[in-house]
Amino acid sequence: MYPEDLKYTEKHEWVRLEGNRAVIGITSHAQDQLGAIVGIGLPQVGDVVEQGQELADIDSMKTADVIYAPVSGTVVEVNKKLEEHPELINDDPYGEGWVAVIEISNEEEIGSLMSAEEYRALVEEGEEGH
Amino acid sequence: MNYIPNTERDLREMLAAIGVGSAEELFSDIPAAVRLNRDLDLPPALSEYELIKHMSGLAARNRGVDDYVSFLGGGAYDHFIPSALFTILGRSEFYTAYTPYQAEVSQGVLQSIFEYQSLICELTGMDVSNASLYDGATAVAEAATMAARQTRRNEIVISRAVHPEYRMLLKTYAHALGLPVKEISFSGGITDLEELKSAVTGATACVILQSPNFFGCIEPMGEAADISHAEGALFVACVDPISLGILAPPGEYGADIAIGEGQALGNPLNFGGPYLGFLACKNEFIRNMPGRVVGETTDPRGRRGFVLTLQAREQHIRRERATSNICSNEALCALAATVYLSLLGKSGIREVGELCVQKSHYAAKRIASIPGFSMKYSAPFFKEFVIGCPVEPSSLIIELKGQGILPGIELARMLPQDENLKDALLVAVTEKRTKEEIDRLVQAMAQCAGAAVQSDVGATTQPAGDTRTERAAGDRGPACGREGLA
Amino acid sequence: MIIEPEGLGPGVESRAMAQNKARGPEPLISELSSPGRKGYSLPPMDVEAGRLEDLIPEAYLRKAPPGLPEVSEVDVVRHFIRLSQKNYGVDVGFYPLGSCTMKYNPKVNEYLASLPGFMSLHPYEPEDLVQGALELMYELQQYLCEIGGMDSVSLQPAAGAHGELTGLLMIRAYHEYRGEGQKRTRVIVPDSAHGTNPASAAFCGYKVVEVKSDDRGGVDVRALREIMDDSVAALMLTNPNTLGLFDENIVEVAEIVHEKGGLLYYDGANMNAIMGMARPGDMGFDVLHFNLHKTFSTPHGGGGPGSGPVGVKKALEPFLPVPVVARRDARAGDVQTGNEQAGNGRVEDSRGEGAPRYFLDYDRPLSIGRVRSFYGNFGVMVKAYAYIRALGAKGLKEASEAAVIAANYVLSRLKSHYHVPYDRHCKHEFVISAKNQMEYGVRTSDIAKALLDYGFHAPTIYFPLIVKEAIMVEPTETESKETLDAFCEALIEIADKARSDPEYLHQAPHTTVVGRLDEVTAARKPKLRW
Repeated sequence: MYPEDLKYTEKHEWVRLEGNRAVIGITSHAQDQLGAIVGIGLPQVGDVVEQGQELADIDSMKTADVIYAPVSGTVVEVNKKLEEHPELINDDPYGEGWVAVIEISNEEEIGSLMSAEEYRALVEEGEEGH
Repeated sequence: MNYIPNTERDLREMLAAIGVGSAEELFSDIPAAVRLNRDLDLPPALSEYELIKHMSGLAARNRGVDDYVSFLGGGAYDHFIPSALFTILGRSEFYTAYTPYQAEVSQGVLQSIFEYQSLICELTGMDVSNASLYDGATAVAEAATMAARQTRRNEIVISRAVHPEYRMLLKTYAHALGLPVKEISFSGGITDLEELKSAVTGATACVILQSPNFFGCIEPMGEAADISHAEGALFVACVDPISLGILAPPGEYGADIAIGEGQALGNPLNFGGPYLGFLACKNEFIRNMPGRVVGETTDPRGRRGFVLTLQAREQHIRRERATSNICSNEALCALAATVYLSLLGKSGIREVGELCVQKSHYAAKRIASIPGFSMKYSAPFFKEFVIGCPVEPSSLIIELKGQGILPGIELARMLPQDENLKDALLVAVTEKRTKEEIDRLVQAMAQCAGAAVQSDVGATTQPAGDTRTERAAGDRGPACGREGLA
Repeated sequence: MIIEPEGLGPGVESRAMAQNKARGPEPLISELSSPGRKGYSLPPMDVEAGRLEDLIPEAYLRKAPPGLPEVSEVDVVRHFIRLSQKNYGVDVGFYPLGSCTMKYNPKVNEYLASLPGFMSLHPYEPEDLVQGALELMYELQQYLCEIGGMDSVSLQPAAGAHGELTGLLMIRAYHEYRGEGQKRTRVIVPDSAHGTNPASAAFCGYKVVEVKSDDRGGVDVRALREIMDDSVAALMLTNPNTLGLFDENIVEVAEIVHEKGGLLYYDGANMNAIMGMARPGDMGFDVLHFNLHKTFSTPHGGGGPGSGPVGVKKALEPFLPVPVVARRDARAGDVQTGNEQAGNGRVEDSRGEGAPRYFLDYDRPLSIGRVRSFYGNFGVMVKAYAYIRALGAKGLKEASEAAVIAANYVLSRLKSHYHVPYDRHCKHEFVISAKNQMEYGVRTSDIAKALLDYGFHAPTIYFPLIVKEAIMVEPTETESKETLDAFCEALIEIADKARSDPEYLHQAPHTTVVGRLDEVTAARKPKLRW
């Protein structure tokens, strides 16, 4: 459910670190909560974002939500395929459903991200609370 | 008459089932301090017959475009409406329904909106259309905010040749949203493109032009679109849908968003409403498009059906992040437009446009030939034009009203800042005006100006018009909006 | 595999069938097109026609005709009549759509609105030709002031959400005028509010703050106190709220907001519960919008046109959009705009007959400007005016009373079958939930779809958001006890079915012209035109 090699945020984004680059998407828990995803508003390549700032917005059949930037940096790639096929986020959240790649400007922020274990605990805690 | 079917006995039975002794108990949670302890101060109830009598009396104190020969336009037009349209609009399965939330029992409204969207796309040459907005003026504001979201820029550039009420509304909305609005002046009846070129910058979200514009003149839309695009701004074309059988559609000259007032498509004048605004755009802007939209899909048996779709953009899901706060559309007015466009079809929309062009040009030529009257602008026009008058337009209006003619709109009332418009009258000629009526207008104008009309027409002098309406000294002229208050 | 309709109560099937008469698929109007067909007859070209290219430069002309259909009049009429038969309206049957007040739309109102003396008026006619129309608008402004307990009304907004926007723009203008525009950046909205409230506030440039509801369903007064400060421009509230419950703490709520200089905005969607019983103006609200298409019986048109007049207290009157319909008393020369004299108009020559003259007052320097072209949805105003005149004070109060009785009656019959999250007497509507049915895997959407098979429109569902699996029922006063009983019995039967045959409900509706439509594909691969 939560691949060990990824980092996570409290807002349910995942990050795959590739050198100086952070590939970003939303977790399988997040896509499950959103339900059928039907649209996405992607950032533009070249956008400079701060950690915690709005990166993309996402529409599902029942709600509209925001994907926040897990780290600061410059958007260097976006997954244009999602505009035509938003369902990829539901079908393959950690693979073809990736959202954007950020070139990290402040490596110290990586330390603030969660491990898979920490994230799993967060999700389970949330579920108990319901 | 209160339209309550239940008798006192029914209500008593219901109260008993609820377990209360009186209706009053059901209101006991309203604090005494805010209870109204008197009857509302309203006129006494009327029986149906009394109501009809009373309201027919109110109606009889009005004179409409059927009582007068009307050359009034300015964003609301007296076009012919086929009778079949009223039969369809009178179907109460349509008009007593709410928004089609339950698609399975709302296929009538949903399919008609799908057809409306398709027809608007065909007419404007755009990719997609929404299900309609409140009117042409709000469509301007919705297009501007949509462009701001799409481009992530702030500044709105709009021509002063756009309807003054639309611009006033845009400023009202833009003020609250913190969007600066830059206005571009006009010269010769059309937008000053040089000024436009220097005004559009990398901060411009969109450029808004109207064509035919408020003065009836056809704008150089293609050039304006190029100027906008050169700086990465969107180009918003506000158009008269009736003109699109004849004039190049927004999709052809590179508009990104096409909007306009849809009243002319089968909606009665109704003293200004209800009307509808249309908004169509390029595919890539769908997610930022405001308002409702209907899409085609299938049911489990593969049968075609229609649903409200892309609802994540809307207020009930996105709440404070919605593309607009708009909740309803103007479905019944959009249905009227759909039926109108279906009845007129491919050839009718061209013919009605052709009639407007020919009749208005005949009228313009004849009026301009009266000594003292002249065409204000030489720019090409579609069905509406501005005349410079040798007499005060306000007195001309009063004079001709006495002869049963509403000759046009006094522009100085709506654009008081423009010195050049002090003597200007805006005249609209639709396909409904006959040659005889136009000749009557010419004759009356000539008489009013004390000039002899040229004799080549041999028009007969008309009998005085509707004498039921007294002329008031100090009459205020057409009830027009004014610019510059916002 | 679709289950054929069976097992419905006697008569139900035939009623549902009758309401879905046009059962076959209806082609699109474009699919009926055949080259050369015509459905119109336009006035003749009686002027000498020049060459089009000589009148308008060729570059401005359309090259290819628009792809409109080519159909005859009879094709068009049958097409749309068949479409109408696939549509459910109040005139077809019971429409208990909560929050929307789907009351019967009296036919005399339709007739009156179609009188040429109303329908054929151009908005820019000289004012002396439209005195009847202006008088109607003026009087309607007065009636609405009285019903809402307000001082002035603008009829310009075209819908409820549009009225909200207008009201908030005025609130903004008020604070700006007082030099507090920069400071007051937030609008408080309860978690039970209509979605339009936060959307309108955001569209107006405000930051939206939610205040939670207490366990009685009202605004949590303690929570409100905590978030209320001088950065708040307004609190938006509907009372009775979206749970159909009257907020008993309204006086205290108003005090909390006013103490810090904020204003109270009343969302008039639920006005049908309190006409002649209580007035928002007396509760402390400063601004409100009315929904003429809800409370005052004008039809909804399949999603519009509506009309959303806005009422304000004296302090906000200068900010009303222009024009306001005003009256000049010929003798006194006084100008009236609201319930009291405004006294800011010029005295103009009257006809000296003693008859009041009505006019459009543009002379309002502090106005927010405009929210619509011309004067609003006049055709809708005519119907609302007719409704208020037909009912009078007593009739309006009876309507509210009967609406509240009807809602409580239906609630009392459903209580033992459905979960009731707030078990109090309701006002004109109530909220139940499918919590009990969820045990069998039956959701609110299944129940709503099943109701369609019984020949009823479904209630509002999944709203308000604070109740899971919400079902919001508003019967209105114009339904007979027999109709209400039949509706209750249908819902009770559905509750039984949830236990015995949940699968049947998952497949509902069974009798409609189409089955449950694939909304996910519609949204993912939008096909929005032919």
